[in-house]
Amino acid sequence: MHSITISLFVSLIAATLRLSTPIIFAALGGVISERSGVVNIGLEGIMIAGAFFAVLGSYLTQNAWVGILFAILAGMGIALIHAVLSINLRADQTISGVSINIFSAALMSFLLFKIFAREGQTDGVTQLSYPKEFFKSIPFIGNLLAELNWFVFIAFILAILLHLMLYYTPLGLRIRSVGEHPKAADTLGINVYKIRYLCVLLSGAFAGLGGASLSLGATNLFREGMVSGKGFIALAAMIFGNWKPFGALAASLLFGFAEAFRIVAQGFGWKVPDEVYYSFPYVLTMLMLAGFVGKTTPPAADGIPYTKGER
Amino acid sequence: MTSNNTKNAVNKRYIQNAIDVLMFPLIAIVLGLFVAVFFVMWAKNLGFFDGVATLFSAIWEGTFGKRANFIETLVATTPLIFTGLAHSVAFRTGLFNIGVEGQFIMGMLAAALIGLIPGIPSFIHVILVLLGGVIFGAVWAAIPGYLKAKVGTNEVVNTIMMNFIAMNVSNYFVKGPIHREGSASSKMILESAQLYRFLGPSERVNIGLFIGLVLIFVIYWLLWKTTIGYELRAVGLNRHAAEYGGINSKKNIVLAMVISGAIAGLGGAVHVAGTIHKVHQLVGFTNYGFDGIAVALLAKSHPIGVLFSSLLFGGLNSSARILQKYRIPKQIVYIIQGIIIIFVAADYIYKWFKEKKKKEAIKNA
Repeated sequence: MHSITISLFVSLIAATLRLSTPIIFAALGGVISERSGVVNIGLEGIMIAGAFFAVLGSYLTQNAWVGILFAILAGMGIALIHAVLSINLRADQTISGVSINIFSAALMSFLLFKIFAREGQTDGVTQLSYPKEFFKSIPFIGNLLAELNWFVFIAFILAILLHLMLYYTPLGLRIRSVGEHPKAADTLGINVYKIRYLCVLLSGAFAGLGGASLSLGATNLFREGMVSGKGFIALAAMIFGNWKPFGALAASLLFGFAEAFRIVAQGFGWKVPDEVYYSFPYVLTMLMLAGFVGKTTPPAADGIPYTKGER
Repeated sequence: MTSNNTKNAVNKRYIQNAIDVLMFPLIAIVLGLFVAVFFVMWAKNLGFFDGVATLFSAIWEGTFGKRANFIETLVATTPLIFTGLAHSVAFRTGLFNIGVEGQFIMGMLAAALIGLIPGIPSFIHVILVLLGGVIFGAVWAAIPGYLKAKVGTNEVVNTIMMNFIAMNVSNYFVKGPIHREGSASSKMILESAQLYRFLGPSERVNIGLFIGLVLIFVIYWLLWKTTIGYELRAVGLNRHAAEYGGINSKKNIVLAMVISGAIAGLGGAVHVAGTIHKVHQLVGFTNYGFDGIAVALLAKSHPIGVLFSSLLFGGLNSSARILQKYRIPKQIVYIIQGIIIIFVAADYIYKWFKEKKKKEAIKNA
């Protein structure tokens, strides 16, 4: 009995980590974009692009790492549209984000049809190889590590790197100042447009990776609708995490846990309709936002286009 | 003489304004279709002119070219009128109600539930079904509206979450209490709850279309001819200025969400009572609510504009089927939508050209 409890516990933690990973990537992408003052509601669409191109890259080269590279580039490509619209053309950033969500989802379905000549999902491709047996031989945490994949590690490392970058480097200081008070930053000789471009493109790279972690990490194919709102949940995680990398990481883990709990709890055989479990992560998101949002503050210039030389 | 001159000047300004308002959506549509041609060329390995010919003849056939397809265009337009209006009201108040999708689903569910109650005279039954849709939609929108006004939570994130919850609530009923044995949908609603099909029972177009058309003018009247509408728009233009002028912005945020949700819910109820007569088990979203975003943006959130843009997107959606007949992937339709919205979002280009022209005019003067 005791060992069953432990193994259930281990699989719950492992599932939490695995399911959080896509959300962590996208939420970090949201953090870096919004810290520079650009709202990125297009994370969802960027993730779809990342998920598809990861599979495409792996399909073309039989190498999953090339797939990841494809995902990053595709994510940046879609993010570039958002950057041009919201930085140069001063578009309403929410509308711009929505437009790239629609466009990206449609484009990926089109490419799926064109390249794989089928609808709904792609063929299975080479997955990222993971030394399961090696990890299993490690004492204590071996069973846990064996159930993860490389994306989980990359996500955590990126969270740490982003934290260090934002708070301990000159570039990070510049990014934060552009997001808080772009005019002051401009006066000090910081190129607001350049910083914002960099950040939106980086957020595309992050969210693209998040998409790759869905298609290459969790399975080995791309399926339409596989992102199903994870980009938006990431947005919530970013807000709930107070626009900070570690905050977003913690919030993403919470949402991952909600999903993992759903999967584990369905096995308990409680007399609860499945739909209650499916709704759980979304209800939790709303409760968390309602309960805590008063205590979080967005960057002061978040969502406001910057016009050089305007009073 | 002078009064005549001013009159002329006013008229001229009116015409100039109308051109300005219409110009940009038209440019966006043309560019959207133009880019789509390249995707058709790529999909079918055609030259440019063949691509143009194929795409446009397919879209023409799929929208207006044949009687059956034209009827389907009207069927596809009907829900978009409602969701487009729902988004417009929210946009005018400075809100983004992505939850129109979920509110539409709740409206559908209300119609499916109430439509099964036996023994009600038809006239009353139909009204009850539509009223149920209005209430379900309004309540579903009131929750994120209240959270936005009182707690300050982002309505975009909350309404997205409510969409997923709505999908699950609907699925619970469709799979459980109102499930029809051996199907992936609910039981058919009773005949007394169905909207009148004016071209005969086998053609899906129904008086829901006219309800939508009337609603367009009702919303126009509400927004521009009433105090309520004035306050909503004032909050949308500048929340703080409105507040300073004595308008309760929190009240109006909740009100705008409720109105928006009510319209969306009504749309859902009309869709079930008029067109499909049952609710399917949802594996994904219906997309009527999301397409409404494109409808409202292209219409610049103006009810009269919604009439035309819903017809455009309704036509595109209904021609998706015909496109496949020509072996053009139907995703082209959604790409066109995406590109149109990208260009709508980029309306600054147009302003930029105008300002540049103005500046040059000043320089030359």
